[in-house]
Amino acid sequence: MSLLEIKNLHISIGDKAIVKGFNLTIKPGEVHAIMGPNGTGKSTLAKAIAGHPSYTITGGDVILDGKSILAMQPDERARSGLFLAFQYPSEIPGVSIANFLRAAVQARMAEGEELDASGYYKKLYSKMDLLKIDRKFTSRAVNDGFSGGEKKRCEILQMAMLEPHFALMDETDSGLDIDALRIVADGVNTLRSGPLGILLITHYQRLLDYIVPDFVHVMYDGRIVKSGNKSLALELEAKGYDWVKQEFAAANA
Amino acid sequence: MASLTSHSATTVGAFTAEVFAAHLARVQHLPAWWLDRKRAAYDRFAALPLPKRTDEGWRFSNLSGLSLAGYKLAEPINHQQVTKQDLGAPGAGTLLLANHQLVYAEPLAAKFTQQGVIFTTLQEALLKHSDLVRPHLLAQPSKLGSAKFVALHEAFLENGAFIYVPRNVTVDLPLGVFHYASGTGTALFPHTLVVAEENAKVTVADFFRSSTGAGAQFACGGNDLYAGHGAQVTYLAMQDWSRETLSFQFNATVARRDTRVLSINLHAGARQARHESFSQLQAPGAHSEMLALTIAHGTQEFDQRTLQIHQAPNTSSNLLYKNALLDQAKTIFSGLIVVDPDAQKTDAYQSNRNLMLSDEAEANSLPGLEIQANDVRCTHGATSARIDAEQEFYLESRGINPTQAQELLVFGFFEEVLGKIENSQLHDSLAEIIREKFKA
Repeated sequence: MSLLEIKNLHISIGDKAIVKGFNLTIKPGEVHAIMGPNGTGKSTLAKAIAGHPSYTITGGDVILDGKSILAMQPDERARSGLFLAFQYPSEIPGVSIANFLRAAVQARMAEGEELDASGYYKKLYSKMDLLKIDRKFTSRAVNDGFSGGEKKRCEILQMAMLEPHFALMDETDSGLDIDALRIVADGVNTLRSGPLGILLITHYQRLLDYIVPDFVHVMYDGRIVKSGNKSLALELEAKGYDWVKQEFAAANA
Repeated sequence: MASLTSHSATTVGAFTAEVFAAHLARVQHLPAWWLDRKRAAYDRFAALPLPKRTDEGWRFSNLSGLSLAGYKLAEPINHQQVTKQDLGAPGAGTLLLANHQLVYAEPLAAKFTQQGVIFTTLQEALLKHSDLVRPHLLAQPSKLGSAKFVALHEAFLENGAFIYVPRNVTVDLPLGVFHYASGTGTALFPHTLVVAEENAKVTVADFFRSSTGAGAQFACGGNDLYAGHGAQVTYLAMQDWSRETLSFQFNATVARRDTRVLSINLHAGARQARHESFSQLQAPGAHSEMLALTIAHGTQEFDQRTLQIHQAPNTSSNLLYKNALLDQAKTIFSGLIVVDPDAQKTDAYQSNRNLMLSDEAEANSLPGLEIQANDVRCTHGATSARIDAEQEFYLESRGINPTQAQELLVFGFFEEVLGKIENSQLHDSLAEIIREKFKA
């Protein structure tokens, strides 16, 4: 069975420790929401697991299907089944979505194996239909001049095409108005029916009205300080993050 | 001729008066006016000095690489040695010139010839359509520093292509011209002349290639693009000479009222390549788009000098030169926008972007403006940047390996220019040529 285990993970940027002993296990089909105030290490966690070169893992391990991924390059991690949906996806002028996704699909094939172009487009168009994305979208350059909503839909389309085992979704709701949020959430819910495991990072409870999580974890000062179900998110919404900070301060006093 | 032999061999190199006489003997069947012009051009060539370190138009250039010694006139070749080339897209016609000889032609379809379109060699055009050729062939002054080499080109110009599109005629498929240089030491002087009359529309693609294993060659070519009122001219040039070649390419564009001229130059070959491009916006509504892509490898030097002159109100020009530099390669871009006093409402843009793929490569940029009108919009700029680490991570985070991620980003960088080619098959075929070159 597919499993993503994050064990006592410590992450630094330069000399500064950001994530300090993060533990979580995600099973297929589960959606875990990570909430927490700004600067608590949520995005650092997602980017470091994906292999971003600016972050150093100083302790602990990330195990995907029984194998540590820490020695792997970012592209190997992706091919092993991880997907990072970026908070701020890069704009890549001059590279069309169709060509970009084609390269990503080709990268998952065995050496010497040729991509079947008609099969590829068939799959791409069916995923686009599923996510209600206009076909003209594929000839546009990746994220180039896209609105916030278009960028996030482009992320969801990539996720749908690459069929990861686990997705790390970093602030997927940031920069979206309510209509765009609904469209993106519909996309995620569509993909959710399969064995996909999701780590959903968000600052606001709002997103969780649309993507209902199985578990909610509160992250503070680089680790999980509280876990619960959907009602924890509502409690946070009502009481604010100061409540967590005070509890945390009391526990460490 | 006796007076010419007194010139020092160091400034004429291989192109002595004797060699010029031998060349003239080959083209003596051409019209007298043209032979007179060639003689005058030879005199100018021989009299002018080679570029000096203090010449502003040659700043940063490798002057020692400009020696004209050791080359010889192109010799007739065996046709069988030349493989047929194709455009990679359905075309309206093709000419293949090897060492100045026409070795293959795919003639224009009857529907175009019936409308008066001419697509032939420059020699034939000089003989049969002298009145159409004469006003346009090398009719513009050399303003970018290479007066000596432009004179050399005119003196030794032996053959090339002539494209004439009459009033209101559209040639809807591209015309392809292949200039092929065979033999070590060969000196080639290719020329393409495009004359588009009022409201005519045409696309011409020039390809410059060396025979395999050719070694050092000398290429000194030019193109004249004339766009009459309302005409639309698209010109593509793919320079892929041998890596030991010294190359010059001179462009002169004349844009009349309400024209659209698009020129795209791809530079891949040569040891040292100098490209001079000169656009004159002569009447209101004229628009010239000057685009270039360069892939500089090894120790190649690409030296690009441009001039956009706005001579009438409401004219526009847009220049974008993009260079990708690898290894110890060097590029020079020097561009000038000139706006004449009465050219109000000019809209001119000039940009040079360098993608540095090696720490040892060197990109030099000298953008310039000279504005004498007061109501204009002119912008210029130059940037040099490496591959963006965040973009690379984004691609890698989708499973694409670092080598391929970089390749995609480089192609993205080029696509801004290639994307201007409307014919998608021609676009893909040029993209493929670049892809092959980039991998080599």
